[in-house]
Amino acid sequence: MSQKVPFWRAATVSLLLLTVLLMAWEYAVLPVSGGGAEIDPEYAALLGQAAAQGGTTPMPGPSAIWKRLVELMADPFYVRGTNDQGIGVQIAYSLLRVGAGFGLAAIVAIPLGFLIGMSPLLNAALNPFIQVLRPVSPLAWMPLALYSIKDSAISAVFVIFICSIWPMLLNTAFGVASVRKEWLNVARTLEAGTWKTATRVILPAAAPTIVTGMRISIGIAWLVIVAAEMLVGGTGIGYWVWNQWNNLSIADIVIAILMIGLVGLALDRLLGLAANAVAWRE
Amino acid sequence: MKPYVSVEGIARRYGAMTIFEDVWFGIARGEFACLVGHSGCGKTTILNILAGLESPDEGAVIVDGTEISGPSLDRAVIFQGHALMPWMTAAGNVAFALSCRHRSWSRAQCDAAAREALKRVGLSHAADRKPAELSGGMKQRVGIARALALNPKMLLMDEPFSALDALTRGSLQDEVARLVAETQQTAFMITHDVDEAILLADRILLMSNGPGARIAEVVVNTLPKPRTRANLHHMPGYHALRDHVLDFLITRSKDFDAKAPPAGWSARAVPETRPALPLAAD
Repeated sequence: MSQKVPFWRAATVSLLLLTVLLMAWEYAVLPVSGGGAEIDPEYAALLGQAAAQGGTTPMPGPSAIWKRLVELMADPFYVRGTNDQGIGVQIAYSLLRVGAGFGLAAIVAIPLGFLIGMSPLLNAALNPFIQVLRPVSPLAWMPLALYSIKDSAISAVFVIFICSIWPMLLNTAFGVASVRKEWLNVARTLEAGTWKTATRVILPAAAPTIVTGMRISIGIAWLVIVAAEMLVGGTGIGYWVWNQWNNLSIADIVIAILMIGLVGLALDRLLGLAANAVAWRE
Repeated sequence: MKPYVSVEGIARRYGAMTIFEDVWFGIARGEFACLVGHSGCGKTTILNILAGLESPDEGAVIVDGTEISGPSLDRAVIFQGHALMPWMTAAGNVAFALSCRHRSWSRAQCDAAAREALKRVGLSHAADRKPAELSGGMKQRVGIARALALNPKMLLMDEPFSALDALTRGSLQDEVARLVAETQQTAFMITHDVDEAILLADRILLMSNGPGARIAEVVVNTLPKPRTRANLHHMPGYHALRDHVLDFLITRSKDFDAKAPPAGWSARAVPETRPALPLAAD
């Protein structure tokens, strides 16, 4: 497992797999040639050609999806009214919500986690609440959020907030609580004071654990935003996916899945860079 | 006249278990005292009490006429495991200590003074390296530089060389001997290395085995200064002194009984012996 594989080798295998997969997919969705019974043209006019033939919306092949992708990417940021906006605009809405919810969660979770980590009493007192609330699906909060906030856009942000707060809170508390005793003793013998000890010793010591928590949180937030936007509607990539399902634009859904994956990857890499920046080794 | 440091009847108990009790000793200004004893007699606890990191269950420690109530910058500690912050460079670690000592100093002032302190321990070339990039001996040198840079009234060392290989330990012992002599530093050190104690200490406090440990004997080191590892074992009286301490560690430390102490022993005035002097002069 730990053996290092040369990059080009792994890349070749990846490309090969991708090619095989795409070709198999393309072949599998090829329209069945010939056949097709004679249809009464009046019946066809009533139902539409495809339906009249008893057909269903065909699964698009990779080439059809590629064509659609090029089309979408030609102008990803167009806005033609509330229900017709480019995929770039939708992703931007989703990112905005994730950013707001995640940012608010960080503002609450990191200082609170700090306190919990430093105070065994607070830790023991808050632990039952955290343990009960943490496993709750964030979407379960949605009705309550809609009822009390009365605004679907802010409710989605709240759902992101509630789902990203737990990993950050727990990781911060854990990181702060497990700062090496000898470093704290150094700070004490230096009479560093609470503020200086917190910012110069505890924070950098716990930073790798805190950033790991943030990385987990942003991953979860990006998972949840799609589901949340399917519920609240209006804008965002989740809403867009649902909208394309209602339009039976299967190619668009596949493209959205790809985009969601790529954006999620980019978010994770971003936090990965932050993790590298605060990492230390003994 | 009272000595600079006066340890007055301190004890450490865990429930019914007494680690040590009725421990009395003094350290004069400019004196180097070593505490020698087996593991489990509470040596590190005594050092932590002197540092102000722990408080005794009984008794008190008076430094310069005032009872200590917590850690102080005037009593710098060199920790057993170097206790450097791994996210700061060598210079950063020393500068952090200096910024605690001199609140009004600018960052540049602290950095310059830190580099100066590293120069004194021969580490100018490694000032910008992180602890992970330093050898064990270099890390401990940074720890020494950090303590000395504070210009403390007293230096406390908890087996500072025990984690190092024999060669490195030797050169660091010589270096500490030189630095302490240069600055006329009052010092208290814990060790279980007999030669280290003889090289560095003016007075060696011998502790009996725990539980219920006491200071059983005080050995005055009359060997002339400066002492180095190269000339130490050629000094007349060295072997008598070494044998005396070794004999204590092997047999007398476990035979000592505070309820039936040897003639002339009292906890408040532990008799001093000068084994290095020829019998005629005793």
